Amino acid sequence: MAEHTVRSYDQELKMLAGKIAEMGGLAEGLVADSVTALVRMDTALAQKVILTDVRLDRLQREVEEKAILIIAKRQPMAMDLREIVAALRISNDLERVGDMAKNIGKRVIAINTNFGAKKLVIGVEHLADIALEQLKDVLDAFTARDDERALQVRKRDDEIDALYTSLFRELLTYMMEDPRNITICTHLLFCAKNIERIGDHATNIAETVHYVVTGEQLIEDRPKGDTSHLVSVEPAD
Amino acid sequence: MDIMADNVTSATIERKPKVVARDVNVYYGEKHALKGVSIDIPEKSVTAFIGPSGCGKSTFLRCINRMNDTISTARIEGKIEIDGKDIYDPALDVVQLRARVGMVFQKPNPFPKSIYENVVYGPRIHGIARSKSDLDEIVVSSLQKAGLYEEVKDRLDDSGTSLSGGQQQRLCIARAIAVGPEVILMDEPCSALDPIATARIEELIDELRSNFTIIIVTHSMQQAARVSQKTAFFHLGVLVEEGPTDQIFTKPRDKRTQDYITGRFG
Repeated sequence: MAEHTVRSYDQELKMLAGKIAEMGGLAEGLVADSVTALVRMDTALAQKVILTDVRLDRLQREVEEKAILIIAKRQPMAMDLREIVAALRISNDLERVGDMAKNIGKRVIAINTNFGAKKLVIGVEHLADIALEQLKDVLDAFTARDDERALQVRKRDDEIDALYTSLFRELLTYMMEDPRNITICTHLLFCAKNIERIGDHATNIAETVHYVVTGEQLIEDRPKGDTSHLVSVEPAD
Repeated sequence: MDIMADNVTSATIERKPKVVARDVNVYYGEKHALKGVSIDIPEKSVTAFIGPSGCGKSTFLRCINRMNDTISTARIEGKIEIDGKDIYDPALDVVQLRARVGMVFQKPNPFPKSIYENVVYGPRIHGIARSKSDLDEIVVSSLQKAGLYEEVKDRLDDSGTSLSGGQQQRLCIARAIAVGPEVILMDEPCSALDPIATARIEELIDELRSNFTIIIVTHSMQQAARVSQKTAFFHLGVLVEEGPTDQIFTKPRDKRTQDYITGRFG
């Protein structure tokens, strides 16, 4: 893309893109750290996640202020307008991703026990691996303005949903087996829900990438595999 | 928000073409100013022509009421029809054509006469109205349509040139409307006006489009985006891209259009 006649306009757009990249890296790190903290029951790391999320919130506000200022000053059109709309949307999604990671961190601190945790956490960890991969992929797709790759991410979201549903079932079963598992399993259930939501935000970002590249909004339904609202597990006699 | 919604509707409803141009070429002496322009201008809507200076947009606009006939070196090829009738037909009365296709210019140019006389000048020479009461009626309705009546109703005998710039431009629009045109051509009608006067003209254009087919040449992309339902982008004498305004300004297809509207033109 050629440069704008007004060069400071280019710099402003570049700065906006830079902030999104920074947010993306930070959000990925927070998710990875929160899951590590969960797996290792590392409350110090969990604390760090909670504190670092503040930076993500601050960046999101900065992106919003910058974007509003560019709109006011430049009256952006076409591609530029789509870039700015994308920055606003993606920064919102990433800020929410940070909140999800922070919530996992808080739960790590609340659980604060190793009682039977390892076995129970494995499923959540696996879910998190896929969600992180999705997040990483979609952020790369955004950086490269790669519509095809973004659409792939969007298609894969049903894997996370399906896994979440089976995890939901599994955790319910653990709770029935031994009521002492209820506290940790409930926390893990929320952790899993948080991670499933991170996948949803990755899907949102994929749709935004599609919008930036093509100017079209994706209207067809996204694939949905989360059927946990239908799950009920009966206690065995 | 309303304007956006409106743009969407007018983009989806196919309007009948009022002006149809096919393969129009204009030469000024040796210079090939307009190259093979073909476009349909939908009736009772606003079509904006945008493009850098010297791109041919004003040249094309002037073809539509044969203003280029007044330039001795200008030569026009191709076909322009209004309601299916060739406007370059030798049998056609150019004066009648210009009554059907009114024009408003960049700088307000009221006659150095009273406000009243400015409006009745056209109807009188075209013999549209003769009696005093008919002329009075035309003055009132034209000034009302141009959104100027309330401001000048007590001083119709004042000189047109005594008005402010924005008022003068609305007087020129009233003068154009007075002869009952079907098409109104506007060549950068707001470029000499302040933002408030500009907003009033834009508001007026939006009202007028329910009765007239309006074609506007503008250097302000925001203005084109705000007032028009269809936009055509010209560059180096070529019509590069035309389409619904909301599409041109959010997802233009041609790279040249994209570069121009986003401010990337060298």
